[in-house]
Formats: sequence, structure tokens, C-alpha cells
Amino acid sequence: MKAKGTARKYIYAISFFFITLSGFGQMPIFKRYYIADIPGLGWLAQFYVTHIIHYVAAIVLIALVIYILFDFILNRSGRITGSGYFKIVILAGLIASGVLMVVKNLPNTHFGHTTIIALDLFHLSFCMLLLGASFYTLVKKKKWVK
Amino acid sequence: MTSKISRRAFLKGSITAAGSVAATTGIARAAKSITKEKKEPLVTLLDISKCIGCEECVYACQEVNADKYADPQKPFPKMYPSRVPVEDWSDKRDVTDRLTPYNWLYIQHATGTIDGEEIELTIPRRCMHCDNPPCVKLCPWGSAKQEENGLSRIDSDICLGGSKCKKACPWDVPQRQTGVGLYLDLLPSLAGNGVMYKCDRCYNRLEEGEVPACIEVCPEDVQTIGPKSEILEKAHALAKEMNGYIYGEHENGGTNTIYVSPVPFDQLNLSIEKGKGKPHLDKVKDMMADGTNLAKAMIAAPLAGVAAAFGKFYLSGKADK
Repeated sequence: MKAKGTARKYIYAISFFFITLSGFGQMPIFKRYYIADIPGLGWLAQFYVTHIIHYVAAIVLIALVIYILFDFILNRSGRITGSGYFKIVILAGLIASGVLMVVKNLPNTHFGHTTIIALDLFHLSFCMLLLGASFYTLVKKKKWVK
Repeated sequence: MTSKISRRAFLKGSITAAGSVAATTGIARAAKSITKEKKEPLVTLLDISKCIGCEECVYACQEVNADKYADPQKPFPKMYPSRVPVEDWSDKRDVTDRLTPYNWLYIQHATGTIDGEEIELTIPRRCMHCDNPPCVKLCPWGSAKQEENGLSRIDSDICLGGSKCKKACPWDVPQRQTGVGLYLDLLPSLAGNGVMYKCDRCYNRLEEGEVPACIEVCPEDVQTIGPKSEILEKAHALAKEMNGYIYGEHENGGTNTIYVSPVPFDQLNLSIEKGKGKPHLDKVKDMMADGTNLAKAMIAAPLAGVAAAFGKFYLSGKADK
């Protein structure tokens, strides 16, 4: 049981790491600031590669989040903490805005210009908030569930 | 140079005159009717066999879009790190042999062979206005947009000039001008580098019921614009008639610019000058296809999560018994 919990943590951490890295890779910053010059990180400057990695990490993250949600509902093991609720709301916003952006990228799909800009800004804001909240809970050793 | 100016001056006058006449005649009515058909994108058909390379389309494009061009203030802010390139075309506005921020359409020269005889062809080149444009879909800032009529354009008020659209474009069409745009008001030294420019297919003229300037001034009627199904039908009929070839129908998953040529495009691609601001005529796979396929797979992700949770619940219940 504990092994499964550890697996969840690792899958969450790895998918979160890659989704954040590839997400920032959507902006043309890694080449400008020499990060893509570091051996093994050249892919960060290849926009189609970061795009695919972002989608793959999103698939893993969505599957994991839904699994944990239903697992929690079915087994009712513990109570969600305050910081846990905060991160859940941000994560929900991040996933919702991300899914809308995936829909926006499909062929023959037209979103209004303002909607696209708003989605970009919301998605980036949710990401920054989740990064900040995750850093805080990691340092303070606060858990999702008591 | 003198001849250029006089020709441009002449064109300016003739475009204004043509525009005012067109507003009350068939062109305007046709353009209005095609813009009303919202469900179907507008597509341009270019019959390469008709093009004589006179560049009237090039100068007409420059004339009608002059007020959209950048007017950068110099000196440019110093950008960091030093590898960030300054791209300044403001003193080279007369360049017409490639795409630049001040030249959104140019004439490409090619040679080909028909029945053993070598012929020269000229090809108007500009943005292809893809069906699913990577420049629009991958812009991290929402600066590029696609209209319902299929044209894609870059909002120069919002663009930060990161040039991602150029790298994402299979033909490297958008071109950067440093020293203009929103980045100057944000962190000009650390982020952004100007504004990207490309053909916007005269969106403002289309909104007013007029056709793009390059189409209007062409003395040889090289270009035709209309609803996609109609234009594709025409393109195939034309290709059949001249025993020719089509480019743009399937490239990058489909575009709203269709070229018809009497010479195969792979042959033309070998003969044209390619490079910076000079797009190729090669085959292009659908650059957004992998993302589209993964988006379909994304639908299965929540289902997999639910199935795994219920599976675990079922198995743990069985183990308890």
C-alpha cells in the first residue's frame, strides 16, 4: 500500500516536472538564455518537441489526478488539508485551462482572440500559483491529506 | 529606383481609383458575398503559368499595407544576452527579392522542363494561410490569430517578437523587426525583440468587401479568391486542363493558398533560390498532426484514471473477503 503511495508521488513529481519544463519551453527563452545549450537539453528549444512532451505529461497528470480523486472518493482515507484544497483548486484550473487550449489547437477550431489571450494568461498564472504552493508545502512538509 | 517610385506612385493612384470603382461594382459585391460564407474558408488560387513576374502585386501589397509597417525608434534598447539578434529592416524597405517585415510578398524565379523544353516561371510567394496554422496555434502569447475566413495574422500591438511563429512555420514566413512593439514597455533588455510581420491577406480590405490588393492589381489575373470547395474544384480542373500539378492542398495538413503549375513542384523546388525569407516548395507534413493525435488520446486519460480507481476498489474488496 505504501509502495503504491510512493509510486503516485513519483509519477506526480515526474509528470509535474516535465509539464512545467515543457510548458516554459513554449516560450522562446531556453535558447536565448543558453539553457538549451547545456548538453542533453537541446530539445527545450525545439517547439514541436516541447509541445508533444507537454501533451504526454498532461495525459499522465490528468489520468493520475482522476485516479487519485476517485480513489479518495471510494476509499475515504483521511481528510483533505487546507493547503490540499488550495492546490486542488489550482490544479483544477490548470487542467481546465489546459484542456481548453488543447481544444483550441485542434483543426477547424476557432476561439476568439481575447479568449485565447485570457486562456494563455490563466494557464500561466495557475502554473505559477501551483509552483509556489507546491514549494511552500514541500518546505513546510504539509500534506494533501491528513 | 526612379522607375520604381514612379511605378509605385502610379500604382497608388490606380489602386485608389480601382478601389473606388470596385466599391460600387462586381468585385466588391463578390468579395462581400464570399466573406458572408462564414462556414467555408476563403482560398486563393494562383495559376503560375499566367504569372509574368511584373511585381505589380508586390508593390500593391507594400502600398496598401504601408500603414501597418513598423516605424522603429533608434537606437534600439540593448538586449541581453549578446546572442539576441537585432533584426533591422527599417533602412532596407525597398528590398523586394525576399520576405521582410516590409515586404510580405515577393516573386520567386524558377525553371522547369515541359516536353523537353526548358521554361522560366515566376511564383508570387507569401504566407500560405494554413488550415491549422502552427504560427497561430503555438504562439505562447496569443498574438497570432486566425479569422473564421481562414486567414491568419499577427497582432502587432501584442506581439513580443520572440520569433517562435517563424520557427514553427514550415516555410519560415514571419519576419522580425526589432525596436517596435509591446516589449519596449515591458522588459526590453531581457524579453522580446520586436514584432513579427507577414501577409495578413488584406484582412481589412476583406472586411470592407474588397479583395486583397495583390489580387486586384494583377494584370494577368494570376490569382482567384473564393470559398474553399469552389477554388479546389477550379484548381483541379485547371491542373487537369494544363496537365499540371497542385501545391498547397495537402501541405501542412492543408492550406488556404493553392498553386497550380505546369511543372512538378519538386522540380521547381530544385530550381528556386531558397534560404532566409525565401520559402521552399517542398512537401510538408502536417506539423500539428502529432499534437492532434495526442489530443484524441487525452480523452482516454480520465477514463483510464477512473478505471484504475474502480479496479483497485474492486480488487481490495475482493481481498478483504
